Amino acid sequence: MIELFPQAYFALHILFLAAVVICAAAIFWLKDLIAASIAFAAFSFLLALEFFILQAPDVAIAEAAIGAGISTAILMIGIKGTKRKESDD
Amino acid sequence: MVTGLIGRTAGKLLVPFIFIFGFYVVVHGHLTPGGGFQGGAVIATGIALILVCFYYQECVNKYMSLTTFKVIEAAGLVLFICTALSGIVLASGLMFNWANANGSLFGHAVEYGVNAGDMLTAGIIPVLNFAVGIEVFGALSVVLLCMFAGLKETTAEEDNK
Repeated sequence: MIELFPQAYFALHILFLAAVVICAAAIFWLKDLIAASIAFAAFSFLLALEFFILQAPDVAIAEAAIGAGISTAILMIGIKGTKRKESDD
Repeated sequence: MVTGLIGRTAGKLLVPFIFIFGFYVVVHGHLTPGGGFQGGAVIATGIALILVCFYYQECVNKYMSLTTFKVIEAAGLVLFICTALSGIVLASGLMFNWANANGSLFGHAVEYGVNAGDMLTAGIIPVLNFAVGIEVFGALSVVLLCMFAGLKETTAEEDNK
C-alpha cells in the first residue's frame, strides 16, 4: 500500500502529527483537568495511529491500551479524589 | 457510584468485547502483532471499566479484592519462571524451546510458504505469552485498585434516594 500511495501516506503523517501537536497544546492550556485528561487520551490515540502507519502495530496496541485506556482512567480517579480546576497560584 | 447512567451502560456493553479482544491478542502473540504485554494491558482496561461501572465497594470487592490480583500477578511470574527453568531441566539451557515441533500441545511444525498461520506452533513461546499476559493484567489491576482505594464513592442506597 505504501509503495502505491506514498503521497497519501505523507499527507497522513502530516495530518496526524499536526493533530498530536494541537492535542499537546490543548493539554497544556486547558484549566479544566477532566478536559485535559480527555485531550491526553486523544493525544495517545493519535500517537497510536501514527505508530500504526509507521508500521509498528505492536507499539500501537500498547500505546492505545495504556496511553488512552489505563492512564486516562488513573488520571480520572486522581482528579475525582482531588480538585477539578487547576488553580493559578 | 463514580459515573452516570450513560457511562455505566456503555461500559457494561463494552467490557466483554474488551476482554475477548485482549485474550485474542494474548493467544495470537506468536502469530500477529501484540503479545502478552499488550493483551494484558487491554484486559486491565476492561478491569478499569468494571471498577468504574459497578459499585466496587459492595459487589466487586467480593470477587476482585487486592489480594486476588496480587495472587494472579504472582502466579504469572511463577509460570514464567517455571517455563524458563524447564528449558534447563528438559533441554540444554535457560528458556530453551524444547516444545518446538515435537508433536506436543504447541508442537506443530510450521508449514512452508504463505498460509493462514497455525495456532499450535512455536513451542514454549505461547506459554510465555500467557504468563506475561497474566502478570501484566494482575499488576495493572493492582495499580487501578490501589488508586480506587483512596476514592470516596456513594453506595447504592444513597443513589436510590
